[in-house]
Amino acid sequence: VCIHRVRSCSGIRFIKSKYVCVFDKSALKFSHQQRLFRTSAVSCGQIVQFKLSDIGEGITEVTVKEWYIKEGDSVSQFDSICEVQSDKASVTITSRYDGIIRKLHYNLDEIAYVGKPLVDIEIDASKGVSPEEDVVETPPMSHEEHTHQEIKGHKTLATPAVRRLAMENNIKLSEVVGTGKDNRILKEDILNYLAKQTGAILPPSPKAEIIPPLPKSETVPAAPKDRARKIPVPVSRPIVFSGKDKTEPVTGFHKAMVKTMSAALKIPHFGYCDEIDLTQLVQLREELKPLAQIRGVKLSFMPFFIKAASLGLLQYPILNASLDESCQNVTYKASHNIGVAMDTEQGLIVPNVKNVQVCSVFEIASELNRLQSLGSAGQLGTNDLSGGTFTLSNIGTIGGTYAKPVILPPEVAIGALGKIQVLPRFNGKGEVFKAQIMNVSWSADHRIIDGATMARFSNLWKSYLENPASMLLDLK
Amino acid sequence: MVLQASLKNCLQLSCILRTPKVGFRSTTSGSLIIQSTSDDVYQNLAVEDWIHDHMNLENRQVLFLWRNSPAVVIGRHQNPWQECNLRLLRQKNIKLARRRSGGGTVYHDLGNINLTFFTSRKKYERMENLKLVVKALKALRPQLDVHVTDRYDILLDRHYKISGTAAKLGRTTAYHHCTLLCNADKFVLSSVLKSPYKGIKSNATPSMPASVKNLFEEDPSLTCEMLLDAIAEEYATQHQTDHHITLINPSDETVLPGINNKTKELQTWDWVYGKTPKFSISTCFNMVYKDSVLDVKVDMDVKHGRIDVCNIDLPEQWLPPAVCNELVKSLTGSKFCPNETTTLAATLLRVCPQDAELQSRWNLLCENMIMLM
Repeated sequence: VCIHRVRSCSGIRFIKSKYVCVFDKSALKFSHQQRLFRTSAVSCGQIVQFKLSDIGEGITEVTVKEWYIKEGDSVSQFDSICEVQSDKASVTITSRYDGIIRKLHYNLDEIAYVGKPLVDIEIDASKGVSPEEDVVETPPMSHEEHTHQEIKGHKTLATPAVRRLAMENNIKLSEVVGTGKDNRILKEDILNYLAKQTGAILPPSPKAEIIPPLPKSETVPAAPKDRARKIPVPVSRPIVFSGKDKTEPVTGFHKAMVKTMSAALKIPHFGYCDEIDLTQLVQLREELKPLAQIRGVKLSFMPFFIKAASLGLLQYPILNASLDESCQNVTYKASHNIGVAMDTEQGLIVPNVKNVQVCSVFEIASELNRLQSLGSAGQLGTNDLSGGTFTLSNIGTIGGTYAKPVILPPEVAIGALGKIQVLPRFNGKGEVFKAQIMNVSWSADHRIIDGATMARFSNLWKSYLENPASMLLDLK
Repeated sequence: MVLQASLKNCLQLSCILRTPKVGFRSTTSGSLIIQSTSDDVYQNLAVEDWIHDHMNLENRQVLFLWRNSPAVVIGRHQNPWQECNLRLLRQKNIKLARRRSGGGTVYHDLGNINLTFFTSRKKYERMENLKLVVKALKALRPQLDVHVTDRYDILLDRHYKISGTAAKLGRTTAYHHCTLLCNADKFVLSSVLKSPYKGIKSNATPSMPASVKNLFEEDPSLTCEMLLDAIAEEYATQHQTDHHITLINPSDETVLPGINNKTKELQTWDWVYGKTPKFSISTCFNMVYKDSVLDVKVDMDVKHGRIDVCNIDLPEQWLPPAVCNELVKSLTGSKFCPNETTTLAATLLRVCPQDAELQSRWNLLCENMIMLM
């Protein structure tokens, strides 16, 4: 009779497996322990061979293209196990069981056969199948009184995990009040019972089990006499945060940055900061923007900053130099290849405008446009990215005022530009006016650059920008 | 007028999509014909994912109609380096997408229409779908010589491929999608689908190149709209449903909650390139440097789109071994990507000995390495 029942139930889910079967409630009526035992299904740690199910269209073999799990991983029902391909169709195979993967029967690119084992899963009996089923599988060493018990004519229902917990703690299920569906005893009921007994707050089980919600609500009110027995002892469960630390290797571009920045650390940096009144420059740019637009170029403030820096470098060429590794020789670079720090998806990249000393502001603007569009498309070439001699970083477009930029070897100086803010300042007549103020933070290599040089360069640069007409005098 | 209609349709769809178990409340039957308002390949692929993951197709089938602006779409288990000219794609700003279904590589542009047939897993049947398409084409233009092969291609005049097929099967649902060439740019198609990369050894699914032809060439009166309409009509007839096309906007989170995340995922480097099955490259190239020609041999293993093992064989002492080792060490673990390699090479150059000769050799070698990607 038992076996027949197995077959009729098997249509639900476990068609091909001989090991698992699902009993409905009426199966409880079986009194023969042995029979239950023989036909009963999965015990703790039983290994099930999960076979590759029918793909459809009469397909008998597929190629395994990707494994989503490896041996030793735990899976839940409906988790993806692997991706197989057959004749232009990609199929995701999902797990039928909860458990631990014990064996993968195929390697990547091997041919797998429909109906043959795909993976071996060790089924965790306590987690077994979905909670909608009334699971009454009995563990091998069950005690009489822990299987089904009668309390006032009711049978107690409890999942094997709950039964085990009760057994381990020497609790008679008959003494525990069930608050689950049909007065089923839940794990919390056991814990509550224990807490009441020992007056202690119990720690949760080692595996942070998320107890699946039962289909019928758990708010079925307990009978009055049960309520009297139940002293609400809050079993405090610590808040389970399931986020995990993620470690990944530092590779590629970031590895290169690590090298560069570690080398930069060897340079003794000093900083020098100042504020620049850009009121006149802002006005000038407004006038020139449409002219540049007509020529097809977007004009920002950077071309002015870059050109002014180059004019300053003509007076203070040591800032455009390079110190060799042994610190024996300083090379004064003839070209002013001014780098512009750019923030991309990659991270920080610094393309440079070549030979600024012979470029007009417009030419610099045009070149910047080209570098910016290549940069955002991820198509900058090695030539654009190498050969820089001096760098400006316009961090102000993102925000900030003062910064502490790090010199990019083999250069010896770098400037970081903060955002332009409208601030009140005093003019020559002592009146307050609206000024467009930007902060600049320079860093320089103190081995060959001294503070005075940096300050004088900064003052010159500042004077060009605060009074743009003065740039005209020195433009070559 | 049109806007109002489409809004109403969207709301109706949202009703259906949010309460799938309740089922279609209207008087018409369960099947649905929807069309995307977007021509972005990632958004449209995301709609497929969404329907596959979220719609209950036990008692309903869906036909999804979509078109894309120029894009190359590779199959789930393919190798983009093997399948197309990535350099050309980047130059021409043609998008590269990896779909979740199997099969080979195709080129999409607005002259190509895409059809996706969604069914439950049990009702997955590709031949039926393709026969439906052929029937629709013949109804529109009876003189067209089109038929379905047993490789699930549709051929015109017994010779030219006008449609390719791929499919995805999940636990409970499945979809079969196919292309249909109406008036695509065949010149771009053939140039982007030709890979210039040599020496690739891989188990990735290869594509079968085929001669293609546009339906437009056979009959210049045909347009994409006419084809879409004819197919929708045939589908409606066969599924006993309204010939009524519901428009959906693939960026609308209210109708398709979670769609934007799906779109984003399809655009990540990790999906498009990182999902490439492992492969190896074994190649050599010549470098011309100052009156001499040098032979360089490169061997690389690429796993998950990243360089796992890298070996560069240079003429002895052309670059100091320390410098060469630095390059190899940095390349190992980095993405097999020209952009990443360029920035990596330029950044490393900063900590190399500042010797102009050395630097120009380094740049030359790196540029050639980048050409492989």
